[in-house]
Amino acid sequence: MARSIPLIEQLRGDPSGRGRAARSARSASLEPRTARADRVVKSICPYCAVGCGQRVFVEDERVTQIEGDPDSPISRGRLCPKGAASKQLVNTPTRLRKVLYRRPYAGEWEELDLDRAMEMIADRVIAAREQTWEGEDSEGRKLNRTLGIASLGGATLDNEENYLIKKLFTALGAIQIENQARI
Amino acid sequence: MTATVIPTPGAESYGPEPEPRVGFFTDTSVCIGCKACEVACKEWNDVPEEIEGFTGSSYDNSVALGANRWRHVAFIEQRVEVGGVSDSAPDSFVAEAARQQLVDQGLEPHSGDDGFRWLMSSDVCKHCSEAACLDVCPTGAIFRTEYETVVVQEDVCNGCGYCVVACPFGVLDQRRDDGRVWKCTLCYDRLRDDMEPACAQACPTDSIQFGPLDELRERADRRLERLHERGHGEARLYGRDTGDGVGGFGAFFLLLDEPEAYGLPPDPVATTRKLKRNWAAAGIGAVALAAGIAGSFLGERG
Amino acid sequence: MAECHPVGFQWVMEAKERGAKVIHVDPRFTRTSAMADLHVPLRAGSDIAFLGGIVNYILEHGREFREYVAAYTNAGAVIDERFADTEDLDGLFSGWDPERGSYDLASWQYEGMTPFSAAGRRDGAQLGESAERGQLEGGDPPHFDATLEHPRCVFQLLRKHYRRYTPEMVERICGVPAATLIEVAETLCESSGRERTGAFVYSVGWTQHTVGVQYIRTAAIIQLLLGNIGRPGGGIMALRGHASIQGSTDIPTLFDLLPGYLPMPRADAHQSHSDYVADNSAATGFWGNMEAYYVSLIKAWFGEHAGPDDDWCFDYLPKLTGNHSTYPTVLGMREGKVKGMFCLGENPAVGSANSRLHRLAMAELDWLVVRDFQEIESAAFWHDSPEIENGELRTEDIATEVFLMPAAAHTEKDGSFTNTQRLLQWHHKAVEPEDDRRSELWFMYHLGLRIREKLRGSRKRRDRPIRHLTWDYETDGPHDEPRAEAVLAEINGARADGAPLSSYTELEADGSTACGCWIYCGCRAEGRNQAARRRPGSEQSWVAPEWGWAWPANRRLLYNLASADPDGRPWSERKRYVWWDAEREGWTGEDEPDFVAGREPGYEPPEGAKAEDALRGDEPFIMQADGRAWLFAPAGLTDGPLPTHYEPHESPFTNPLYAQQANPARELYDAPDNDYNPTAGEPGSDAFPYVMTTYRLTEHHTAGAMSRTLGHLAELQPEMFCEVSPQLAAERGLEHGGWATIVSSRTAIEARVMVTDRIKPLRVDGRVAHQVGLPYHWGSRGISTGDAANDLFSLALDPNVHIQEVKAASCDILAGRRPRGPELQRFVARHRERGRETGR
Repeated sequence: MARSIPLIEQLRGDPSGRGRAARSARSASLEPRTARADRVVKSICPYCAVGCGQRVFVEDERVTQIEGDPDSPISRGRLCPKGAASKQLVNTPTRLRKVLYRRPYAGEWEELDLDRAMEMIADRVIAAREQTWEGEDSEGRKLNRTLGIASLGGATLDNEENYLIKKLFTALGAIQIENQARI
Repeated sequence: MTATVIPTPGAESYGPEPEPRVGFFTDTSVCIGCKACEVACKEWNDVPEEIEGFTGSSYDNSVALGANRWRHVAFIEQRVEVGGVSDSAPDSFVAEAARQQLVDQGLEPHSGDDGFRWLMSSDVCKHCSEAACLDVCPTGAIFRTEYETVVVQEDVCNGCGYCVVACPFGVLDQRRDDGRVWKCTLCYDRLRDDMEPACAQACPTDSIQFGPLDELRERADRRLERLHERGHGEARLYGRDTGDGVGGFGAFFLLLDEPEAYGLPPDPVATTRKLKRNWAAAGIGAVALAAGIAGSFLGERG
Repeated sequence: MAECHPVGFQWVMEAKERGAKVIHVDPRFTRTSAMADLHVPLRAGSDIAFLGGIVNYILEHGREFREYVAAYTNAGAVIDERFADTEDLDGLFSGWDPERGSYDLASWQYEGMTPFSAAGRRDGAQLGESAERGQLEGGDPPHFDATLEHPRCVFQLLRKHYRRYTPEMVERICGVPAATLIEVAETLCESSGRERTGAFVYSVGWTQHTVGVQYIRTAAIIQLLLGNIGRPGGGIMALRGHASIQGSTDIPTLFDLLPGYLPMPRADAHQSHSDYVADNSAATGFWGNMEAYYVSLIKAWFGEHAGPDDDWCFDYLPKLTGNHSTYPTVLGMREGKVKGMFCLGENPAVGSANSRLHRLAMAELDWLVVRDFQEIESAAFWHDSPEIENGELRTEDIATEVFLMPAAAHTEKDGSFTNTQRLLQWHHKAVEPEDDRRSELWFMYHLGLRIREKLRGSRKRRDRPIRHLTWDYETDGPHDEPRAEAVLAEINGARADGAPLSSYTELEADGSTACGCWIYCGCRAEGRNQAARRRPGSEQSWVAPEWGWAWPANRRLLYNLASADPDGRPWSERKRYVWWDAEREGWTGEDEPDFVAGREPGYEPPEGAKAEDALRGDEPFIMQADGRAWLFAPAGLTDGPLPTHYEPHESPFTNPLYAQQANPARELYDAPDNDYNPTAGEPGSDAFPYVMTTYRLTEHHTAGAMSRTLGHLAELQPEMFCEVSPQLAAERGLEHGGWATIVSSRTAIEARVMVTDRIKPLRVDGRVAHQVGLPYHWGSRGISTGDAANDLFSLALDPNVHIQEVKAASCDILAGRRPRGPELQRFVARHRERGRETGR
């Protein structure tokens, strides 16, 4: 790309050559990448429970920026260092992409097809439940439960997710369903 | 009409009605040391991490401004004499404590925070009115933007390093892997779209304020007055004064101690000041010569 | 607050600019302390003494907000004559049963009320008594002495209970100078009353104790005495550390609750729907409608299968027989009783107390499913953990199958978080999750579909709940993601014809309404996602009622009728919030009134009135059976009706107030790898002469999965460290920037040493008390690594909520790095023994 002619520019109005004359074509046409976003999606910070508003900028189906939402009466556009690191949280190359499986006694992970993993987990839930089912106690009181399956987690998840966790596990008779709120 | 009376060489090149000069007013009296500015800056500007390890320097593990750190939060733990005059922490806490234990045969229950304070301050490129980095840059990589900020252009910089030694604050720094110099751009790209710089946008307590420099100076003057009224006689503005050695900062500070306590030079002077006077005497010829050099470098890279 | 919730702290900074005084009480000097007007360091684990000292100051100086206290609290209620206080029994309340290790609560009741029926409730003590129901048993209404002079009225009992919590005693227990206590108490008193209010903010620094619930109760007593509940600028705010930790309590992934704080049924007391409803309903207050809330939940879950003919599917629900919380579950894992476990966005190998025990227990599982963004410590225990490093565990011996499944991020799914103020806020999906990344919504839904498919032909009774479960959510997108809004619609509730409900007052007990969580009813009123409302804050009132949706009924401040006097007038113009508008004959103000709509202040319940209709028009605490806030808790707590200072389970100090050293009802576990340090007064306690406490740093998030793995955060706090005072460093030869080994009876960990004036030694009970500060974020994985502080702590739990005591325990600290390999556990054993041999 042809550059503007700095010397001529300088003589035209930038005698020191420190201003417009020195501005490269790239600089002259610079715009924030957010201006190229295909959409801006309203979100909420996933870290603590203050619940700061976030704006998620998306370009070509990639998150290109996450920053505070000035509309939020809670956060007024501000974020802490963790909230400010949200883009790295979702885009970091070390993030898992594939299901990993560790066989009993194995020393390595291996990749496992997601569908296969779901099938295996469903089988294991059913088997553990059968193996440990408690219909009633020694006094004949109804228990209808299993102590063979436990779940931990929920405080980082959505309400709708917690709802399905509690609903499904309760229907399965699993009661050791806990999360960080206890801890 | 220019926004300020202080000449910021290069600013006049944007015509008779430039954008108002913008900058930062970093009010350290409300800085909570959260480092959101450091992270928000890196996320926006794709600045790589540089893990220095555990430094033991209070909660500061990012050490200083550099090519990979355009905002840096300093943490200063201080023992303070009654009356507010600071006495920086002794070299060896342990030796001091051992001595005290011998003297006291135990210890007094202390009350409140008497005798101790924890200062935090987010440092950044000062975007000097007289920017030595800009003056010495032989390639034209560093320029004065239409907002009167000082920006290193990554597509022009050839990593010569002249600016690194010229900066009176040690802000400019070469990135190890590519040799080029990187520093705060005051989010030049964001300014183009009327967006606040990322650090100011994130700052939870508005310790970092962005805006037209004139307004920021007025705001800072009012804030200083208020702090003085409340008995914080130690509060002072740093870089507000346009008569200082760099013609005032585009990014200035309210500090609660001497600049040295924060690792800042007390009386920074543009390293090119003397040189410039000589040039001024030489007249337009010198300017043309400098421009010629710049042009030739640009030509090589273009 | 500045440390862990910096963005929330902007409001404190603003209040400070306007003249509010900020007091920070914390063993360490934090980023909050740096901004506070006063930082009060105290000994970790002594807060009830400190707060009790404030209660005593208020009462001794007559500084209570008398009209508020008399009208809105149970200060005037007369307590059963059998009640005996800790002042009478040297640290125990009446009803202590040393054999069972628990209290019989009968003598704590209001005089004239039927005592709490302990018969047939042997599990009750273990489960806690569901304090949130504010329940009273039947009998005559409580006898109130409006003068507050009756010797057995709550107000006088309170005075007696706290009389010895003098500033001098506070100094002795907490290490806080008497003058400082007085300054704090006086500041609070000056900031309260008709014209002013004061607020408390706390986090897990209060909950993670063997007396955690009672910490918060003490703050509640102060705030009620000062008239700071239900009023703007008042309150006690729990600042919670996870995006939806409030939501995961409301829609509980917790063993003892069903959605909306309905209790899980218990085998000992609930064998039928009617047992359960009778036991859990209150005659008065909103819990009087409990059956409507519960039946609506069952209709949401089992749809057409739920009706009166099959006892509302009561047998479909599993029954509790005790404490099935996370720590007993870990012990069950260790013993092989738990076959499989799911870790859903949680990292117990770092975040749980005695995390070492957790890792050892995981190695006994048949299978483990971990869903997270990264390979966290809880997924890696079989190849990368201190136990593998030490040789205690060998990879080739561990039979556990591990499924590590990549999770979708908040930007990759729709859903709502409930923040720390009960505010539901919707986040919209920005992009589709790539590769195998999926939401928990997807995972649970599709797991459920598969299990249902496999059990479709089953004739077993036990499989009926699964087969009859309503499990048919609309899906969309490339991965057949269930629509989160369809789930929210079920949570919100609907009539049989599908019309969305708009308020929990519409719920019926006859099966004509379905609602997945009654307190969330209305979050999708008129079929609109109220949680997704985003009217900019700048375009609405300071209460911002049109941003998101707060439960219940979009009320932003609970019990807000207390912001008006018993006649419905604001206590002051300056502090007006919700008041009775006589002309319009309705409550009005800045917020949704937290009351029965249109009920006038002078309302007197007619004979035989039930539920909320049985509350007077001037009783704002509508969830309580008596409509009043409880200074004294006649029911609902397992460890006492009044907060009492007990030492932590492990403490270098004896209790100066009572012979009873620690909370008698605390939960302890005699289990392998859970040895306790001897506490003060026991042989060997000298081996653990210091107090240790855990905490967080701004730069990291809880157990670290979402921060230690990110370069931009890891570089800011790159390594585990401990914080000690210069004096302790001198005493133990610790070098700033060097290494220290911190040791308890469980294990030893190492950390870099930060010698700092921010940790101050205190003078406690005539001796120097040193404290060791331990940020708990670290583990072996990620970019920023280090030993896990929680490895040091034991399973010693609060008896009400089963939360572990990791905010105060005893330890030793030595210079240098910890031993490696098998030597580590030998070193710990030697340290324990040395204490026993040489100790007092």
